[in-house]
Amino acid sequence: MDFGSLDLNTTWFVLLGVLFTGYAMLDGFDLGVGALHLFTKTDEERRTLLNAIGPVWDGNEVWLVTGGGALFAAFPMVYATVFSGFYLAFVLLLVALIFRAVAIEFRSKQPMRWWRQMWDVGFSAGSVVSSLLIGVAMGNIAWGVPLDERGEYAGTFLDLLHPYALLLGITTVALFSMHGAIYAVMKTEGELHEKLRGWVNHAIIFFIICYAVTTMATLIYVPHMAARVRGNPWLFSVAVLNMLAIANIPREIHYGRDGRAFVSSCVAMIALMGLFGLEMYPNLVLSNPDMAHSLTIHNAASSHKTLGIMLTIALIGAPIVLAYTVSIYWIFRGKVRLNSMSY
Amino acid sequence: MDVLSLSRIQFAFTIAVHYLFPPLSIGLGVMLVCMEGLWLKTGRPVFHQMARFWTRVFALTFAIGVATGIVMEFEFGTNWATYSRYVGDVFGSALAAEGIFAFFLESGFLAVLLFGWDKVGRKLHFFSTCMVCLGAHFSAIWIVVANSWMQTPAGYHIVGEGLRVRAEITDFWAMVFNPSAMDRLFHTLCGAWQAGAFLVVSVSAYYLLRSRHQDFARSSLRVGLVVGLAASLLQLVSGHESAVGVAKNQPAKLAAFEGHYETMSNAPLYLFGWVDTQEEKVHGIALPGLLSYLVHGDTRQTVEGLREAAPKPEDRPPVQSVFQLYHLMVAVGFGMILIASLGFLYFWRGSLFEKKWMLCLLVLSVLGPQIANQAGWFSAELGRQPWIVYKLLRTSQGLSEVVKANTVLSSLILFGLVYLLLFAVFLYLLNDKIQHGPDTADLTPSGKLALPLR
Ligand code: HDD
Ligand code: HEM
Ligand code: HEM
Repeated sequence: MDFGSLDLNTTWFVLLGVLFTGYAMLDGFDLGVGALHLFTKTDEERRTLLNAIGPVWDGNEVWLVTGGGALFAAFPMVYATVFSGFYLAFVLLLVALIFRAVAIEFRSKQPMRWWRQMWDVGFSAGSVVSSLLIGVAMGNIAWGVPLDERGEYAGTFLDLLHPYALLLGITTVALFSMHGAIYAVMKTEGELHEKLRGWVNHAIIFFIICYAVTTMATLIYVPHMAARVRGNPWLFSVAVLNMLAIANIPREIHYGRDGRAFVSSCVAMIALMGLFGLEMYPNLVLSNPDMAHSLTIHNAASSHKTLGIMLTIALIGAPIVLAYTVSIYWIFRGKVRLNSMSY
Repeated sequence: MDVLSLSRIQFAFTIAVHYLFPPLSIGLGVMLVCMEGLWLKTGRPVFHQMARFWTRVFALTFAIGVATGIVMEFEFGTNWATYSRYVGDVFGSALAAEGIFAFFLESGFLAVLLFGWDKVGRKLHFFSTCMVCLGAHFSAIWIVVANSWMQTPAGYHIVGEGLRVRAEITDFWAMVFNPSAMDRLFHTLCGAWQAGAFLVVSVSAYYLLRSRHQDFARSSLRVGLVVGLAASLLQLVSGHESAVGVAKNQPAKLAAFEGHYETMSNAPLYLFGWVDTQEEKVHGIALPGLLSYLVHGDTRQTVEGLREAAPKPEDRPPVQSVFQLYHLMVAVGFGMILIASLGFLYFWRGSLFEKKWMLCLLVLSVLGPQIANQAGWFSAELGRQPWIVYKLLRTSQGLSEVVKANTVLSSLILFGLVYLLLFAVFLYLLNDKIQHGPDTADLTPSGKLALPLR
């Protein structure tokens, strides 16, 4: 297809944002359920939680896989720099994702207590570590990493673990836990449901504290991440939307409108990612201290032709994917009930 | 060891482990479609029971396929950053297409396949099974296209210079249908169908030997043998097509496959042998003229030898390993045809169930496709060396510059331990499922599936 004078670089910046936001909204809740997993006590409760995410977690993870593929195709320089630069962090992320994936699948396959406990820990630890590392990666991208003139990462593994990045990591764990708790509330009933309701409130408080600290830290220490909003005050509305959405969650939970609470949580994530994108644009990886070496949507992109081909692929693929993703969530709507096919 | 060797070992190890599972998912996918289709058509309860049992095995292979696949998706970036910058424009699109067209389809409908037995009607369930199978095939298509582009690049041009040099797409369809893509895709898929079919054959034969689940085992065996025989025969055709393609597009690789140093007419084909890389000749049993005949359809035509195709030693693949692995694959290929035909013949005559030795052979047959699949990939990839993108970029130039040997060593050890654990658990659970056998309860469909087909 010919997209004329459309700014494909910006389009792909936005589309990647959409892919990663989709990932956060969807896999976010099953990572969050993983973080809460060990707080439940009985085998039945744990099975209920696992089956709440059972049919959908794999599809959710594909958002990450496709995001990775799209990053490779649209901005190969970023793919190469970030993955080779953050080598050990990504290897740990991969191992965490592996354990999580197989733990879900294997846990129910044997009745022994030690077996189930082993995979419970694998599932929970894998979920927390993945969320943390994803947050740390975001933190580093926001803070900026040392890049040399060829766009190669010039730091070490430990450089990645500075306080701001860790703070963003913890905030991500908090955000996903809250999101996961709300999802679990939606999918459960009875005693577990009531218990989870209480947890949502704790998770919200935890998240709001993290969120406040992160916001202040960003304003004080990472001024470049607030520059655009400061320069264009109307963009402040996105931040307001974000805060309103977060504030709305406890309200909806209080009235027992779990579905709406989940939507609020999604809106909060969209607004957060929106802010992140607005502040980053047109950079994809900030170089700190030498800003001139940053990877941007122009110097890191594939050719115009490839971006056009990819957009065609996305335009064909996305509606189909959305259609059956929605149908599958529809087929598995309602509360979880355990049966012979369950995990 | 240096970064290059370590990265190559890590890539080869992780992809080889990954590639144990996708062929099973693809092949079992086809088996599931056959079984559930037969159930819908005939309504015989045993087909329903089969579909349920093999779905559980499928779920197991699928889970590990996914877990190990995610590693592959990111390994190009972590270990082969320079390569990624060089090919991202071309290779990345195929990988992204795989995500959109294959993985979403597969993982989405898998939910219905695994958890939807009671929730949806027969037709919708069957449809989901077909979609999962299709999704698995799509992912093979895109990844094999991407890999084939590295073997026979097409539809690109090279732009930039110095550090910024890279390949860019000029013609998307020429990239997709690059000279080796379709042959290799067909060949890889046949290998996957064999892997799935012979797993079914093997487990059924095991039950028959032990006189367990007789009815179930006979029906499974029949479906498995039919698909297995068909795939084995097609494998010969597709393998031949691939070889002719290799002779045309990558003469150095074909020369390494056959240990063929001297360009000559009436070139011989070795059944097996040992390559003397010093003297540049092969000791073994040869059929004179057959290589020329297979490549050109005429014994008088010449086949290019390694001395001409790659005069400099640094441009040659590791001939000995390529030769042995390639011959292993072909030997196993003929072996599978023999086993499948014999099994089919005896089954048809009804004498299979008394022939203990044949059943034992069928139990072992599951290893054949796995061995040939691994040997095939290794010979194809090693035969491409020293190039990572054929004649464009050397493997040694594709590395991540910022990654140190120690780092790769630690990740290699980590992956080694994790994969060992995974593989052990996989075997344990697979064995457990096989020993447990099919559920009698599965003879009667429940929930919405129990409703008759309108
Ligand atoms: C011929 C088939 C084939 C080959 C050569 C490969 N794969 Fe694969 N892959 C599959 C066929 C497949 C599959 C059958 O479609 C799997 C197995 C289970 C699944 O979900 O899909 C899969 C899973 C799978 C996943 C997980 C998808 C998910 O989360 O659902 C990823 C990211 C990859 N693969 C990536 C790769 C890469 C980067 C490869 C090469 C370097 C590769 N695969 C080789
Ligand atoms: C699935 C079975 C596969 C196996 C067993 C396999 C095996 C190998 C091996 C052994 C190497 C190392 C070669 C060497 O070091 O001499 C290698 C390299 C490589 N292969 Fe494959 N491969 C497989 C599939 C693929 C696929 C599907 C792709 C691409 C999509 C791919 C892309 C690569 C790349 C990028 C390298 C880089 C390193 C190198 O060339 O040495 N491989 N593979
Ligand atoms: C029957 C005789 C066979 C012949 C003549 C044959 C031929 C070939 C050739 C020439 C290649 C290299 C293609 C390339 O490098 O581009 C190849 C690769 C391969 N073979 Fe075979 N093969 C045979 C049997 C098998 C069997 C039985 C299996 C597995 C069950 C198998 C699995 C593979 C795989 C996975 C590859 C790597 C992917 C590819 O390059 O297509 N082959 N084969």
